[in-house]
Amino acid sequence: MTPSTETAIKPRKTDRANRPQAPIYLDYQATTPMDPRVLDAMMPYFIEKFGNPHSRNHSHGWEAEEAVEKSRAQIASIIGADEREIVFTSGATESNNLAIHGVAQFYKDRRNHIVTVVTEHKCVLDTCRHLEQQGFTVTYLPVRTNGLVDLEQLKAAVTDKTVLVSVMAVNNEIGVIQPMAEIGAICRARGAFFHTDCAQAVGKIPLDVEAMKIDLMSISGHKIYGPKGVGALYVRRKPRVRLQAMIHGGGQERGMRSGTLATPLCVGLGEACAIAEREMGTEAEKLRGLRDRFYKGITDRLTHVYLNGDFERRIPGNLNISFSCVEGESLMMAIKSLSVSSGSACTSASLEPSYVLRALGVEEELAHTSLRLGIGRFTTEQEVDYAVEEIVSHVQKLRDMSPLWDMVQEGIDLKSIQWAAH
Amino acid sequence: MAYSEKVIDHYENPRNVGALDKGAGDVGTGLVGAPACGDVMKLQIRVGADGVIQDAKFKTFGCGSAIASSSLATEWVKGKTLDEAAKLKNTDIAQHLSLPPVKIHCSVLAEDAVKAAIEDYRAKQAQKQKAAE
Repeated sequence: MTPSTETAIKPRKTDRANRPQAPIYLDYQATTPMDPRVLDAMMPYFIEKFGNPHSRNHSHGWEAEEAVEKSRAQIASIIGADEREIVFTSGATESNNLAIHGVAQFYKDRRNHIVTVVTEHKCVLDTCRHLEQQGFTVTYLPVRTNGLVDLEQLKAAVTDKTVLVSVMAVNNEIGVIQPMAEIGAICRARGAFFHTDCAQAVGKIPLDVEAMKIDLMSISGHKIYGPKGVGALYVRRKPRVRLQAMIHGGGQERGMRSGTLATPLCVGLGEACAIAEREMGTEAEKLRGLRDRFYKGITDRLTHVYLNGDFERRIPGNLNISFSCVEGESLMMAIKSLSVSSGSACTSASLEPSYVLRALGVEEELAHTSLRLGIGRFTTEQEVDYAVEEIVSHVQKLRDMSPLWDMVQEGIDLKSIQWAAH
Repeated sequence: MAYSEKVIDHYENPRNVGALDKGAGDVGTGLVGAPACGDVMKLQIRVGADGVIQDAKFKTFGCGSAIASSSLATEWVKGKTLDEAAKLKNTDIAQHLSLPPVKIHCSVLAEDAVKAAIEDYRAKQAQKQKAAE
């Protein structure tokens, strides 16, 4: 931790004798708490400097505009872009919608094919489904068992009819990092635009829109210790990418996204990017240490645990682990002092286990037993140690009451049993 | 998932967790569900000569409501005759535990487990009788 963060953040006491009052937050891929420094930067723009950044004729407006433009430059800087290429949105979902829908609609007379990947976020997949209904063709590429796309398959899928290739940089469930520069090169060679959902990647891994030949990039505020309700879309200027707007109005954001900018939220996103750019290196190192401690703590004491997704090509803040014979939701109930998420069907409204894990070829029964453990900027070593203790002891307890664990201990192959599906 | 207090109580203090000797003549074992669906229940009963269930044990792989449903089922069947136990309805379990609609199948599974255990016990008895004849 750098000295500047130490003043802002008070780690919670979480040693085992002194049980924490509030649950420990281990769900950093769902959202992150705002960095207090981000809040400090935002505060003046609610009451004191409340101007409309689009008011061109008075100092209230200029003051707000200046703040928004500074933020735009901070966002551009962390991805190696020009500030004129940044469009503010309400979040990564809107950015993904605008990028995919906007490009597809604008170029539909020339190209009508889109390539994406089965493990993308629902807001990408659902937008693609929507476009399919409107007559576009979409190719959904599979992933290998480590969660990464096969570049040869990608190369074969992109044709001269492909307008857009959309591949996320970092997966939200398993944290694996796709080969961005290689994908960018394939797209550029075929004349297809490369869009990437970087909600989970910005501030976690170095990104450079030039080196990676990225044409459109979605950014989220609340995944990087910034506020919720704000995001950005990077839209390349040279060669120019054009979009059909989805929100029409006063023509703000160069006509791509009308509506008055939320100055404090924009400032928050900019500040979050600036902090991330400065601290990414040291933060990644700290998280890698904590992540390895977490993983070792679990695997030293439990057998039959499986890491989902590639271990090496992965952001340091994510672990996704299947605990054989222990259903994920019941484990979450047991470790209620930890806020985590699970790929278990029972935690979803659809009663289907995680589609991401299924796409990796993870057996359904193991998909039901997965936990996603996300650590981040404010996670401490004591919290990790406490979490290891909680998880290990409750997995053991639940295995003691699992009929499947008995069978595994007896050496029975679960696949050999004729289960009555219900 | 917001569970009722009764589900949480059965989940945190499950009754009758364990196993009976599945090879014993007076024990019936029911194994229902599938790992791929996310829940498997094993429910066992020990039946006295008078046809009354003397003991019941369970082990469950599944969510909180699956564990609670099987825990409750073992509690209910103890002391009942086989015929009485066979009348156990999933709706009673669901109602008692105030299961949310998406979890009704957990109570169905518990009913199935009880029935499968009774069936297994009766099949054993029939076989024993056949051997004796």
